[in-house]
Amino acid sequence: MSDLLTLDALTLRAGERTLCDDLSLKIEQGQRWGVLGRNGAGKTTLLHALAGLSPPAQGCVALDGNDLAALTPRIIAQHIGLLLQDTSDALPSSVLETALLGRHPHARGRLFDNAEDLGTARGALARLGIEHLADRAVASLSGGERQRLALATLLVQAPRLLLLDEPSNHLDVGFQSPLVALLRSASEEGKSAALVMATHDINLAARLCDFIVLMVRDGETLIGGAEQILTSENLSRAYDCNIAVVEHNGRKLFYPC
Amino acid sequence: MIDTHPRRLFAVAALAATLAATLAGLTSLLSGSVAIDASDLLAYLDGSLPALETQVLADIRIPRTLAAFVTGAALALAGVLMQVLLRNPLADPYILGLSGGAAVGALVSITLGVGGWWLSGSAFSGALISVALVFGIASRAGGWSTTHLLLTGVVVSAGWGALINLLLATSASTSVQGMLFWLMGDLSQSHVGGPHVALLLLGALLSLRGARTLNVLVRGDLLAASLGVSVPHVRLALFFGASALTAMAVTTAGSIGFVGLVVPHMLRLLGARDHRLLIPFSLLVGGTLLVIADTLARTLLAPQQLPVGVITALIGVPSFIAILRSSPQR
Repeated sequence: MSDLLTLDALTLRAGERTLCDDLSLKIEQGQRWGVLGRNGAGKTTLLHALAGLSPPAQGCVALDGNDLAALTPRIIAQHIGLLLQDTSDALPSSVLETALLGRHPHARGRLFDNAEDLGTARGALARLGIEHLADRAVASLSGGERQRLALATLLVQAPRLLLLDEPSNHLDVGFQSPLVALLRSASEEGKSAALVMATHDINLAARLCDFIVLMVRDGETLIGGAEQILTSENLSRAYDCNIAVVEHNGRKLFYPC
Repeated sequence: MIDTHPRRLFAVAALAATLAATLAGLTSLLSGSVAIDASDLLAYLDGSLPALETQVLADIRIPRTLAAFVTGAALALAGVLMQVLLRNPLADPYILGLSGGAAVGALVSITLGVGGWWLSGSAFSGALISVALVFGIASRAGGWSTTHLLLTGVVVSAGWGALINLLLATSASTSVQGMLFWLMGDLSQSHVGGPHVALLLLGALLSLRGARTLNVLVRGDLLAASLGVSVPHVRLALFFGASALTAMAVTTAGSIGFVGLVVPHMLRLLGARDHRLLIPFSLLVGGTLLVIADTLARTLLAPQQLPVGVITALIGVPSFIAILRSSPQR
């Protein structure tokens, strides 16, 4: 197993607040990580730092041993993809045009899309079950359809490391199992794929992730295997409310009480 | 509808737009007080046209038609670039106050009674001052966000607007008509040369080359950055590129409204949302629209000339409404 992404003594701040302090960990290929914590705990900021979008206050993030700060955005985008919480659609665009944006990091020097680009984009739309919307205007989509489109665009980008900021946003409960299956297979295909997901849904993280970063407070983070971190005690402290666990059919379910 | 195979429709639509541009150009060359017909154009090409007609063509109609096309194309392209930079459908080439600065420069030189080179020189200086002002304020306040940049531009525009009104209110009535023509946009004094054409071509080539990047950037800075776009660099290039094109257009022909705002939107409504289509068609359609408008401006009430900016709006508003009504909301 080789390290895909290495966080070395990473410190992140938002204004005066420390979100995480001296965080070091290695994300290896094939691993699935969940990032949990309260609203404003710094989940999104952490993902953006992992994508090289915002420089950390201290420490560094390295891709295959190379500091992200020294790599160009295009090189990073060929290896790391990020599902954002929000995208803008101030000016009109179609669903297929949006999915094709995912090819941008791989299409240097080509003005027009080729057959491979189109095939990849249509294939990704089909995997998300929205190929029938290909010619629709993005502005006419529902929130859930937009989320599926954003996931499809990420699949088109086909990064080795998938960073997902609230992937289950707007998606109805019926799509949750397909989503888990999709993310599981997306993080296993390719040469050396891995996944880091920030979510407010503890159960989704428990279902999909092998490792957890729990952002507790004041820069304190708990890192480790999902079994070890996802305990009633840890979660209750992180979310500042009582969280109970029940086991059902071999699955743990977490709920506030 | 232009769908997601830009290449195929590109060829057909490019042919149609080029044909329209050529027709508009020919009509412009053949319209005016001195009668010149198509056979005279051929005679001009082999040098057998009488001196008067040759002079009218070479000194008046060809330069004016060229000026109209270059100005219209530059404004439409600048409009596209500003709409991407500010991610705002209401953005036009003048939104950051550049035309206000140019107008104050031009009006001062009209007040002083100097024209020609001085007029365009002072308009250009005014435009540059305005660009520097917006850039300085926006960068110092750490405000390269779209909202901050937009607000800076709107405030700077308002400041220039007050100065324009002051100049209009205090000027002699003899010079006010000239000022109003300049403010509405007027091609009667316009000349474009090699540098203008070169700037337009450079702008067109660079933006077409970066059209894919613009498709990504228009969807948000974060998404663009995560897809490998060097957002700060591209945004700076957009700011200065759109400013240079607008400064050239304003210096050539005053502040002609409407072209830069509405041509890109018309094309988007017709399906050219992808910048790989939108940029070339904006150039062609913007140039063509201004050539047609200018031909009408100097022939409708001849010998009186109308300000071309009024005509662009008079043609543009009904055609925009027609396209808006006929385009399906999908």
